[in-house]
Amino acid sequence: MNTLFDKIWDSHVVRHVEGGLDQLYIDRLYCHEVTSPQAFDSLRSRGIRCFRPGRIFCMPDHNIPTVGQESPIQDLVSRKQVDALSANASEFGLTHFGVMHKNNGIVHVVGPETGLSLPGMTIVCGDSHTSTHGAVGSVAFGVGTSEVEMALASQCILQQKPKSMIIRVAGTLGKGVTAKDLALFLISRMTTSGATGHFVEYSGSAIKGLSMEGRLTLCNLSIEMGARGGFIAPDEKTFEYLKGKEYAPVGEAWDRAVASWKTLKSDEDAKFDKEYVFDASDIEPMVTYGTNPGEGIPVCESIPFSSNDKPLAYMGFHKGESMLGKKIDYVFLGACTNGRIEDFRAFASIVAGRRKAPDVVAWLVPGSWSVRRQIEAEGLDRVLEEAGFEIRQPGCSACLAMNEDKVPEGKYCVSTSNRNFEGRQGPGSRTILASPLTAAAAAVTGVITDPRELL
Amino acid sequence: MKQRFYIVESSCVPLQVENIDTDQIIPARFLKATTRDERFFGKNLFKDWRFRPDGSPDPTFPLNNPVYHGEILLAGDNFGCGSSREHAAWALAGYGFKVVISSSFADIHKINELNNFVLPVQVSGGFLAELFDTVRNNPRAKVRVDVPRQTVTDMVTGRSEDFELNPYKKYCLMNALDDIDFLLSAKDKIEEFEKSRGYETVNR
Repeated sequence: MNTLFDKIWDSHVVRHVEGGLDQLYIDRLYCHEVTSPQAFDSLRSRGIRCFRPGRIFCMPDHNIPTVGQESPIQDLVSRKQVDALSANASEFGLTHFGVMHKNNGIVHVVGPETGLSLPGMTIVCGDSHTSTHGAVGSVAFGVGTSEVEMALASQCILQQKPKSMIIRVAGTLGKGVTAKDLALFLISRMTTSGATGHFVEYSGSAIKGLSMEGRLTLCNLSIEMGARGGFIAPDEKTFEYLKGKEYAPVGEAWDRAVASWKTLKSDEDAKFDKEYVFDASDIEPMVTYGTNPGEGIPVCESIPFSSNDKPLAYMGFHKGESMLGKKIDYVFLGACTNGRIEDFRAFASIVAGRRKAPDVVAWLVPGSWSVRRQIEAEGLDRVLEEAGFEIRQPGCSACLAMNEDKVPEGKYCVSTSNRNFEGRQGPGSRTILASPLTAAAAAVTGVITDPRELL
Repeated sequence: MKQRFYIVESSCVPLQVENIDTDQIIPARFLKATTRDERFFGKNLFKDWRFRPDGSPDPTFPLNNPVYHGEILLAGDNFGCGSSREHAAWALAGYGFKVVISSSFADIHKINELNNFVLPVQVSGGFLAELFDTVRNNPRAKVRVDVPRQTVTDMVTGRSEDFELNPYKKYCLMNALDDIDFLLSAKDKIEEFEKSRGYETVNR
């Protein structure tokens, strides 16, 4: 009768608190430089040490430049914040993957790819895209800095248990339609608040059919429909992906772990508070036209007449206009949403043998050093370079423009990131969210293009 | 920030926009601060909506309209969506807001407000519309938020609605307590839990 969400959550409750809160044990806490310094400060002022330092991993990702990481960070305010994380990790005895460390990268790319995020775990980080880690079958969600402090101090947080939701997606995705398109489609149907208060389980043949990278992209975007988190029950693909990862169990411990992970699924008769069913064959490559991720349409459709005026005025678009053929200025491939090896393969598959449009500025930012090493191992860097692109160093980069990678005011950026909010990629920037394939198509044509025409 | 929270009776600042994300409440470029300086964050609350690119205040933005002031922010549905940045709650507190009233809040931001003694008051869409009307017709109209009784009252029309508040969180608000001591008070239970799951408990 239980959902997988119930099983994982309930098995991590240390105690119930009167009035409906749970003291929830957290198996894994990740800290990045932006949302942790105030938590460490508060621990210091209270004279508290970390309760379980071995469960906590720190890495800077938001502020770091994507060129010249070999040298000290030039932005002194950013440098101070990055240095603070390093100093705090050292003072509190935590593992720290610093700038240029072989494991450094965006926390939501690094966690799964190092095997630090495993099925059945509870995982938090002071970052809303922590939902990404749900792709390995964990209950993972973003928290605020006060809760980061709670987890540092007690390895627990106080939470009201969210309601459960299942989104079933039947069928298979069409050619040129990716996990990103699936996610943007779901958010456009659910709206940005449609899953507020809920934890989402994704299931169905289209979900099973996704690669691990695709699942990570889908779960990453759960927060954009308001969900507390999103996850996918682990299966053979999950185990295959995790096997041999640096922090994954080995030998007998691995066998025991897999045996236990195989039990992680919702019961056949499990009751969900909400249930939605979609068909993958209805989904086409998607782009956003507005200023929240729910304002998305198939790339070949026109901007709806029912759209709100405020976002269209900001974007400089009009009701009824076609998105196809719109001139763009920037392309960003990367972020915790689409900064993995498969995303670079997809991008390369379109630009191979073509040339970057001369007026387009393109930032290709791997999600981690591991992704960058894989790009080089597969020779994708040469394919991309021949087409006029360069690979940068890993970090969050233009997703939220805390480093130098800022889209200027009024310019259009086709971005594989997660948010098209006003000013997200720099004050006045105009973001069009899309898949790596659609981003690549725009990068070589200089205009919004249906990627299926270039496949 | 941690002050006993009982009753707020104040005029309101109306911001009738839906889906206000935390990037608007406090843009990312202000997140580089390593201290919890609420005055700094408050100064930059809604920065890119309050100020034009040349730095001058935008007179059409409600926070810049001198007729509106007070400790209560009225906001459209799904307030605080997007990023988990607690800096958004620090900015609201630093600007001087003690209460945000909306018809719904994004989950993470709602918790962040509560953890910073800014009270998220969720009312029905109909009542929110009434409150916006009241404030537009009379910018000095007061709204009373009563934490012990969990009621929010339009002091002009006398209309009132109950709001939900977790009993533990209510106790924390009324006694100026936070969660750390409470969580650590169960240290034995945490260790018991770890043993029951076969977790390593060596504090390495």
